This record gives sequence, structure tokens and C-alpha cells, in this order.
Amino acid sequence: MPGDIWAMSSTTSAAASVSVLLFGRYAEALRSERFDLALAPGDTVADVVVRLRQLPGGDVLPLRPLCARNQAHCGPETALAPGDELALLPPLAGG
Amino acid sequence: MNVAHLVTTPVDATRLVARVSAPERGGIATFIGLVRNHHAGRAVLRLEYSAYGPMAEAEMARIVEEAERKWTARVAVEHRLGALDVGEVAVAVAAAAPHRDEAFAACRYVIEELKRRVPVWKKEHYADGSVGWVDPTAPGGSVPAAGGTGA
Repeated sequence: MPGDIWAMSSTTSAAASVSVLLFGRYAEALRSERFDLALAPGDTVADVVVRLRQLPGGDVLPLRPLCARNQAHCGPETALAPGDELALLPPLAGG
Repeated sequence: MNVAHLVTTPVDATRLVARVSAPERGGIATFIGLVRNHHAGRAVLRLEYSAYGPMAEAEMARIVEEAERKWTARVAVEHRLGALDVGEVAVAVAAAAPHRDEAFAACRYVIEELKRRVPVWKKEHYADGSVGWVDPTAPGGSVPAAGGTGA
């Protein structure tokens, strides 16, 4: 159920999680700039996006958003490792 | 030394030019991006810039390194964050090279890659009281944001 998707099991350490950072309209829609999410073996960026889209406001996220793993652009197929920082980036608008 | 920064104080292009000047560099090209008073036919009163700070500075530094390597140039770039009024400088690039061709090319490369790769966002406050996130992929170039007082 959606309410459980962020639950960390009693055996899950902080090191087995990924920090998901949200910005701009994504943070506004999901009402948070950060989620700490337990990782399952083999989880990819796309898996995390699917889980976030289940949250209230999560439909603002496209299935394939711009994203960055540990501050470097990456694709949705990128595998995540415990301790990673995953940033979901709204369309860029600098300059 | 690499000069690629996000700043919360006014951008001073003259300072960037001074940082890249050297006797062996005979040409300096600059780009200065200002807050415009309109976007997609709507009157804009002010902007708010935000960023994924650590990545934005790292990506800007990578872009500068690429330009410096490709054109034997020296480049400095600053991007402003926070609330800016119409006419204020949002971004400035200074590129110095032995000759003008390399200076122009390096300057153009840096601003184009910055817009394509650096995680910075802007929220526009319109004259009608509404607020929008600038989104180059959206019809009309923006999507509604929280915090508006109008349509």
C-alpha cells in the first residue's frame, strides 16, 4: 500500500537507503525537498520514480525525468547503490 | 584556477573580465544575461532563481574546463540565485583567448551548455499576480507555481 512505500524495515540501516532530492515544481507538488528511501537490490532510478509517483502530488513527475546520481546526470536505467544521492530535476531553466 | 560560481550578490561582469585577462590573450568575449520584462507574451515583474547548488557549481566547472581545453581559453562564469528584478544580471560569462574567434566560441559554448546542463530553475512573477515555473518543454514556456495571487 502507498503508505508503506517509505517504511524502512527494522533491519534496514541508513546506509541501505538512497536520498532523493526534489527541486522546483517537483518539490512544490510533493511538498518535500527530500525523501530517504529504502533500496531493494537492483533498484534503478526508474524504480524510485515509480514509487514517488504513487505519493500525493507525485503525478507531476514524468516517467523519465531528468535526473542526477551523486551530482552527475544519469538515465532512468541507472542502478542505485546504498548511500547514493538521487536528484530529480525539473526542466532546466538557467541563464 | 577555475572560476564558476553561483552567487547571491550582484554579478559583476567587469570582475569576471579582470579574472580572465592576461597579456597573451588578445580577445575577450562576454555574455551578460539580464532579467527580461516579458516571457511568451506575458509581462514579468521579477524572477526567483534556485539551484541544486553543489551539482550546479560542479557542472559549471566542468563546462568551463571543456571550453578552456577546446579553445585554449580562460573562462569565468557566475550565475545569480535568489530574487531578481527586471534588468538585473542573472548570468555572466567572460572568455579570453589569444584571438577573437576562440574567445567568441568559448563564450558561446559556456552559456549554451550552462542552459542545457546546469540544474538551475526560475520562477516568474507576472504582472497579473500569477506565478509560473519556467519550463522550456511546456506549451507557453511555463507551468503554474504555488504562491500566485492572480489568475
